[in-house]
Amino acid sequence: MNTINWRLIYTHTVLIIGVIFMSLPVWVAFATSTHDAETILRNGLQFWPGTHFFETYREVLFVEGGVMKSVLGTTMLKNSLILGIGFAVGKVIISMLAAYAIVYFRFRLAAPLFWIIFMTLLLPLEVRIIPSYEVMAGLNLLDTHTGLIVPLIASATGTFFFRQFFMSVPDELLEAARLDGATPWRFFVDILIPLSKTMIAAILIIMFVVGWNQYLWPLIMTTKEENYTLVIGIKQIYQVLAEGGELPQYQKAFALTILATLPPVLVVLVFQNWFVKGLVESEK
Amino acid sequence: MAGVELTGVRKVYPNGAEAVRGVDMKIEHGEFIVFVGPSGCGKSTLLRMVAGLEGITDGEISIDGRVINDVSPADRDVAMVFQNYALYPHMTVRGNMSYGLKNRGIGKAEINSKVEEAAKMLRIADFLDRRPQQLSGGQRQRVAMGRAIVREPKVFLFDEPLSNLDAKLRVQMRIEIKRLQRRMDVTSIYVTHDQTEAMTLADRLAVINDGRIEQMGAPLELYNNPSTLFVASFIGSPQINLVPARFDGKKLISGDLALSGFKDLPEDVDLVLGMRPDDLIQSDNGKLSMRVDLVEQHGADNLIYGALLGAEADEGDETEICIKVDQQVLPAIESTLKLDVDLSRALVFRKDSGQRVL
Repeated sequence: MNTINWRLIYTHTVLIIGVIFMSLPVWVAFATSTHDAETILRNGLQFWPGTHFFETYREVLFVEGGVMKSVLGTTMLKNSLILGIGFAVGKVIISMLAAYAIVYFRFRLAAPLFWIIFMTLLLPLEVRIIPSYEVMAGLNLLDTHTGLIVPLIASATGTFFFRQFFMSVPDELLEAARLDGATPWRFFVDILIPLSKTMIAAILIIMFVVGWNQYLWPLIMTTKEENYTLVIGIKQIYQVLAEGGELPQYQKAFALTILATLPPVLVVLVFQNWFVKGLVESEK
Repeated sequence: MAGVELTGVRKVYPNGAEAVRGVDMKIEHGEFIVFVGPSGCGKSTLLRMVAGLEGITDGEISIDGRVINDVSPADRDVAMVFQNYALYPHMTVRGNMSYGLKNRGIGKAEINSKVEEAAKMLRIADFLDRRPQQLSGGQRQRVAMGRAIVREPKVFLFDEPLSNLDAKLRVQMRIEIKRLQRRMDVTSIYVTHDQTEAMTLADRLAVINDGRIEQMGAPLELYNNPSTLFVASFIGSPQINLVPARFDGKKLISGDLALSGFKDLPEDVDLVLGMRPDDLIQSDNGKLSMRVDLVEQHGADNLIYGALLGAEADEGDETEICIKVDQQVLPAIESTLKLDVDLSRALVFRKDSGQRVL
């Protein structure tokens, strides 16, 4: 007689419900994006894919006027990538240098400075958004990639993670390097950076996703369409769609949403091994 | 010719702790010097001061006649082997060994030939392209030594390099280090808390206690002629037997025991009589007797632990002693053993200052 493993069934049921709960909206968005505007308007959201997949996505990505007034989906994708990558790389560089200074150079104000940096963790971007905007405007950096990225790249979180990591690196390595004639810069480049590889990867991934999903700052920093990121595009498309006299092109809005989700998902999928390693393992 | 000279060297930490309290020492070229002492005695601090990893509060250190107080560690021409090896984990063995040379701007071909020569000498030539994680403890230790050797420094510094190895490997590496040092003829300073290592490696050893050099000299000189109680009890394994005693002008009295054959000892002060385990001989008409508590069989000889009967106890109720006997001597537990003592080799110290009086 086969015994039924209730426990197994129970846990799997819970997991499957969880998966459906999390992914159903994404699936509905995708399915709906493959129908034409008329079907959606008449029948509402769709649960099964339609026949307009290539048409919709081609128009969104490559046809001028297909989604915005003039800007292409690919341009927004490019802008988002620049923001995501610039944001992540900038944060890693700045926070590694800051952590290096705090951990290895015993200057007088190291501890208070660290705590000041640490406290800024508590302050969201919104608190300083007006002054930051003012500064960028004064520097004529509105509507530029520089203006979009630079005010965001100081990272208390990154500094904190790298500080913790550097503190766990044995002192003897530094001493051995000093006896080996390494300058502080060489020690940083030759020893610390290679040791932090997995840590860097983890922070890059987290920060890429955070950068990619930035909304408020790009929204006030960009005024020209050609500087829109995908996330801004999604917001704008509903406005454009609503203003037009024709049928609202909901399938394109959904297509844009799916496109905006893809890169972060891909990054996490591809690098998840590194990501997990970076957070749990310390290679010493 | 690269001697090392320390003059009045002191180290005081910012919190006021005094780790090194005035050390003077002259090390000749090619000498193998061992700093030995209990943990926290300042021996590692002293070594790190020579390396340049710790600042010098007071005094002067010079290598090869050049004062190096304010010279950076890299320019002191010293190489150090660390207790936990401190290999760069992300570099191959070759990378580890050549890093110091690369930083000094030496050409690739020369680096390669030096690294390969050193690797051959240390028998790690087959591992040059491996990472430290893939090596055993002994191999890592060799790589750490290789890293020091390729630099061809004036002074080798060893900071307890063998304490992470198992006992067998430790003995093996000990011999290898000694052989290597002889062959390369490089002045070496070696820090350890293991007295066996110290005795076997050193040309001269410095027993350090509480930031001061207690005594410095050849291993046998320190063993036979310790100048203080501390040195006597630190050097020698098993430890020297210590019996509290007093001198009444003719005899050395300890409890019910009275030993004659001493003269010119200070009277009316507490003394300590020291007898090495090898100098107590089992003999049926011996003057001393011990109760056997434990017999340790080491193969060639046995160590017998027990209480010296009749002796005044220092702390506790009995005076523990240990004697070394032949492998055939296997007394029963709780039996009584008669002992004779070679008084010409006995040491007597003042209890208060620890200074030797005989």
